[in-house]
Amino acid sequence: MRTATGAEAGGDVSVRAVLANPRATRLGRRYLDTDLNRCFTHAALNGPLSDAPPYEMTRARELDALLGPKGSPRAVDLVCDLHNSTSNMGLCVIAFSDCDWICLHVFRYLQRQMPDIPVRYIHLDVPDEESFSLDSVGKHGFALEIGPQPHGVVRSDIYTAMKDGLQHTLDWVRLFNSGAVFEGGPVDLFTAVGHVDYPREADTQNIMAAIHPKLQDQDFCLLRPEEPMFQTFSGQTLRYKGSEPLYPFFINECAYYEKGVALYLARKRSVTLPTLRVHKKGHPANFVSVQEEE
Amino acid sequence: MEHFSLPALSRVVISGGTHGNEMTGVYVVREMAKNKVDKIGSASRTTVLSNPEAVKVCRRYIDKDLNRCFTDALLSATLTPSSPYEIKRAHELNALFGPKGSPQAVDILCDIHNTTANMGMCFIFYRFDWITLHIFKYIQSKASFGPVRAIQFDTPLPEAYSLEAVAKHGFTLEVGPQPTGVIRADIYNMVMEALDLIMDWLEKFNSGRTFEGGEVEAFCKTNALDYPRDPTTDDITAAVHPQLQDNDFKLLRPGDPIFQSFNGETVKYEGEEAYPFFVNECAYYEKKIAFQLARKISISLPSISVTKD
Repeated sequence: MRTATGAEAGGDVSVRAVLANPRATRLGRRYLDTDLNRCFTHAALNGPLSDAPPYEMTRARELDALLGPKGSPRAVDLVCDLHNSTSNMGLCVIAFSDCDWICLHVFRYLQRQMPDIPVRYIHLDVPDEESFSLDSVGKHGFALEIGPQPHGVVRSDIYTAMKDGLQHTLDWVRLFNSGAVFEGGPVDLFTAVGHVDYPREADTQNIMAAIHPKLQDQDFCLLRPEEPMFQTFSGQTLRYKGSEPLYPFFINECAYYEKGVALYLARKRSVTLPTLRVHKKGHPANFVSVQEEE
Repeated sequence: MEHFSLPALSRVVISGGTHGNEMTGVYVVREMAKNKVDKIGSASRTTVLSNPEAVKVCRRYIDKDLNRCFTDALLSATLTPSSPYEIKRAHELNALFGPKGSPQAVDILCDIHNTTANMGMCFIFYRFDWITLHIFKYIQSKASFGPVRAIQFDTPLPEAYSLEAVAKHGFTLEVGPQPTGVIRADIYNMVMEALDLIMDWLEKFNSGRTFEGGEVEAFCKTNALDYPRDPTTDDITAAVHPQLQDNDFKLLRPGDPIFQSFNGETVKYEGEEAYPFFVNECAYYEKKIAFQLARKISISLPSISVTKD
């Protein structure tokens, strides 16, 4: 996307586009040495670095210097990090907070502006000090996760959805800055409570089963105790053994096999948003100036 | 109708992991190896993980696409310590299951692949081979799933570059859509069912049953189209159009949309009527292929039975 400042952006919003992991992008891989999107904890950003640190640890510090520092008043106002998933998740706004009203109002705005695609909010219930992803560098931030799309592939429909989601996010920011009032009200969100790994062979750690056909692609459809969860490679059905019906997501995400995750589970909760309006004292906000960065 | 008598088929190889991130073949081969079934009736069955190093790191290949290493030229080239891993591995596989083109080669080799394209199950073969076509016809008629299609790459044997060319009667079982690095149970089940049907057919053939001939429809590859690219960076500037995406084997006519630029413009097809396949296959971006095209052909299959001593 093209960067925009001043009049082109429509007001006081300056927008910076960043290719977060250019070396991995060039190779068409998730990462070179380590998952960049786990390198933004305070410890990772500020602790001592080894002699030959993983590429992504160094890159995370560069991004923190560019967009942060995380937790400081100089950090950018909003980070929107674009992701894809092989899971059938539609469009998800993923954030660490369930009470960041900026993120939640943006989410509700997206839901209303994009009725043709499922739009959901995933709350990663992780304490502030342990937030680990790039979007946590900004004062406000979220990941915009869209699937299903295979890694290494670009689908037109997903590209358009991402472009639209981003455009609506920027529209919301401009509306907010120009004094629009966003009425409060209830929204449903999904708070992650745990995950389930694949059954694995004790010696090799190879997985012994795949997600069951009845669960595959059923992200955000309630999973009840005893419902099918896995199908072993010898044809046996393994069932969900939890006691609480929960909502599965990131079902069969390619990148999570190595993280020991076959699916995540969440509780659906209702949160009441307050009415939101920009604080009108002089300028709406201060923004850092712009360049497209690599 | 013509009838052919053919020798019994005794040596069968099922291979997976020729591309290390196409997961169905990997798990099918692992499961079959666990069950330690070596003999099915009168035929012996071997399973092999073709590219174990690539499987270990879940990548398509380490140095070079293994499934392009089986031309006569590459198989007869002298190996050096600096030869790409896959060139060395191709020589090993050729020694194990070939030599390609010789009477010692295995009878049947079924190489399991996945694609990100919406192709269902496809049998891919190089030339008209009555055995593989009969196997295809049998599976097409008996499988509980569909569609099952046949694709022919009209390549003379010396230039045939993929693993299955090593066998006397080889074919690729290509199934999609499935993302690389992912195993879907529904696709796994389809392939297991197809393999059971293949072994079933072999047993019947070896026992003397006659398989009736008939007309078989197949898709014969003609050419391929690349993405529009930026002339300076070579980056693609468009994605497969939403009206073409997932519409493998649906007739493409001149004027139909094929690409949508990232700025929203539509690019239209300008060639002759043809059937697209491998539409938006992940591994083909680097091979400069957005989709392949084929014409539909009809093959007259003779009836066949095993030669009686």
